[in-house]
Amino acid sequence: MATKKTPPKRASKKRTASSALPSDITNELILDFYREMLLIRRFEEKAGQMYGMGLIGGFCHLYIGQEAVVVGIQSALEERDTILTSYRDHGHMLACGMDPDGVMAELTGRSGGYSKGKGGSMHMFSEEKGFYGGHGIVGAQVPIGTGIAFAHKYLEEKAVNVAYLGDGALNQGQVYESFNMASLWELPVVYVIENNSYAMGTSTARSSANSTELYHRGNAYGIPGMQVDGMDVVAVREAAKIAVEHARSGKGPYIMEMMTYRYRGHSMSDPAKYRSKEEVQKVREERDPIERLRALMLKKKIIDEAGMKQIDKDVKAIVSKSAEFAQSSPEPDPSELYTDVYADA
Amino acid sequence: MPIEILMPALSPTMTEGKLSRWMKNEGDSVSSGDILAEIETDKATMEVEAVDEGVLGKILIAGDTDNVAVNTPIALILEDGESDADLNGYSAAAPVTRPAAEQVVESSAPAPVSVSGPAVEFVAPESEWNGSFTKTTVREALRDAMAEEMRRNKKVFLMGEEVAQYQGAYKISQGLLDEFGAKRVIDTPITEHGFAGLGVGAAFYGLNPIVEFMTFNFAMQAIDHIINSAAKTRYMSGGQVSSPIVFRGPNGVASRVGAQHSQCYASWYAHCPGLKVVSPYSAADAKGLLKSAIRDPNPVIFLENELMYGTSFDVPDTDDWTVPIGKAKVVRPGTDVTIVTFSLMVGKALDAAEELAKEGISAEVIDLRTIRPLDTETILTSVRKTNRLVTVEEGWAFAGIGSEISAIVMEQAFDYLDAPVKRVAGVDVPLPYAANLEQLALPQSSHIITSAKEVCYRS
Repeated sequence: MATKKTPPKRASKKRTASSALPSDITNELILDFYREMLLIRRFEEKAGQMYGMGLIGGFCHLYIGQEAVVVGIQSALEERDTILTSYRDHGHMLACGMDPDGVMAELTGRSGGYSKGKGGSMHMFSEEKGFYGGHGIVGAQVPIGTGIAFAHKYLEEKAVNVAYLGDGALNQGQVYESFNMASLWELPVVYVIENNSYAMGTSTARSSANSTELYHRGNAYGIPGMQVDGMDVVAVREAAKIAVEHARSGKGPYIMEMMTYRYRGHSMSDPAKYRSKEEVQKVREERDPIERLRALMLKKKIIDEAGMKQIDKDVKAIVSKSAEFAQSSPEPDPSELYTDVYADA
Repeated sequence: MPIEILMPALSPTMTEGKLSRWMKNEGDSVSSGDILAEIETDKATMEVEAVDEGVLGKILIAGDTDNVAVNTPIALILEDGESDADLNGYSAAAPVTRPAAEQVVESSAPAPVSVSGPAVEFVAPESEWNGSFTKTTVREALRDAMAEEMRRNKKVFLMGEEVAQYQGAYKISQGLLDEFGAKRVIDTPITEHGFAGLGVGAAFYGLNPIVEFMTFNFAMQAIDHIINSAAKTRYMSGGQVSSPIVFRGPNGVASRVGAQHSQCYASWYAHCPGLKVVSPYSAADAKGLLKSAIRDPNPVIFLENELMYGTSFDVPDTDDWTVPIGKAKVVRPGTDVTIVTFSLMVGKALDAAEELAKEGISAEVIDLRTIRPLDTETILTSVRKTNRLVTVEEGWAFAGIGSEISAIVMEQAFDYLDAPVKRVAGVDVPLPYAANLEQLALPQSSHIITSAKEVCYRS
């Protein structure tokens, strides 16, 4: 008997700054990408600084370096679609249009936060923006996202759920339980593996079998996969359009492996001794998603240096405002201790 | 004004650290993400990255300085358009103490919290049924409850192992596939963790799933989603996202199936705020409570008992019979001793009460029906009358439901007690297989009789 393979699809091709842009990538879209990625980066830098000042407590996982993934994917979604992710979630919330003030105020545990200060960095939600968390248990968001996709199908909404997970979460059993049901029931879900090479301090090579091809992990369930340069926002968007269309058209789930990188430690208190400084520096210099987009914008004359400076200034103002709000918003009233445990029957 | 760079805290517990060395010199330009300095925390060496852009104007704390308090200014950055002249006006402020910690102390602390939390709302009992009744098994009552609620609300669906084509491993879902079709009666793979999480996701989005566990023993595979995802999300989202979901199935000891398949989970789930926990005895309560559970906007754990499925009770002839969650029921009034129990053990307690009556002891038997929220008022009212209490449960005594009830009675009715509370519970061992040992490990009517006599000081 011949060996059978379910050939996962690779991303159409690797895109670099020099390749011709697809026709749907307008100048306005490029500028939006730039604004959104920069907002995430500046926001996270600010969050890191405020953590250092003791204004943010507990765990704080920064998204710096991975910005192109959420921004590219979000641009391929429609308003009715939903997303959810793990605890490294600030970027996802900003990308789906949640208010930076509300996100930052949740980080500081204030009443103006998205969860009134009761959730913290890892636990925020916005039904209005289709954001379903913010989940603190590694991999738990995957069956939940699959369930939201189940609801989309049950309600015949033609909506898609995007469930983000890290390369570490991909080794949790419940992820494969989800793959099985999603494929069996043809649920409209796109699983986005944000492969930043490290599950906390353990590299993919040390934690994952066949670690260079994690997008194959759905093969046994008949789920197509693709590997994408997650540091190239245009490549991410183009690939996401394929995956989202697949899910939306009723063909079932799709797996996208985004090759990305986080510059900071796993959380604020991680000194990241498991990798060399040179490794981080090399990625920053050669693959940084924001720098790459900057170079593209200048080359294509989409914007000039002065225009870019203005965007930087605007973004900075948004972040400063969120930091101020997050410090001036009052702590939750003590009476809030007992609210929101149960909904009124 | 130049921008102050403060000594950062890099873990929630760090209060001071060593400023090891500067990676930039005075006069160097810096931009966001540049590494400025290295500091040593209590755990490791970490890098301080620049957030602001400009020129490193002045280093205030030199490299190789120990015990630098968190939030002490360590350097100044000059922004666009600023020069060294701007540094002259700068005078170092006193180190800012960690604001978060400060504020916890400052903010008016809430009043001391009672162990049981906020006041329990009064739950009215179901109104009395004056219509006709039909003898119905618990099995059929559960099925009827689901069918009626599925007719009433299209967002209600049932999923679990063997619930559809097989008609239910214990035949609870008999006939539902025929009436509601495969879209709403869904056979799952054997994948409890996965389908419990999937159900929670569907509930987040507004559907009303009924998730059947073939038995609650297998729900241990899924307990992370039941507690971390279903029970806590409403609170963690500030009230935004609810989980209107029912997890149901047989709980407790069946017969001769060994330790892994024989356990009571009432105290496990009752421990967790955010969950409601129901465990009925009669068919009318099973039906009325399951209908209430399906309509409830919160996650409800519905603990059935396999040995009760075939038992028949009178059930009101209506498709709108509901029993409120959170209300216990006095199933036999009495004056000498209160016996509080739930599920299968209600039958054993009633048998015991019958025997006790022959010996002149009048026992009042309370069927809790709901474990969380617990109807403490019904228990306390009874204890204030009888002055004696015996709790009965199939599960282990340690941190069990009886332990909780005796703590509540001690706190709230201590002066009414004429004897220490007695707990009748499963023996503190994994459940054995051998018929005689299994019998010895489980509470029997004789144990209840003995304990009731003890608290009445009768032998």
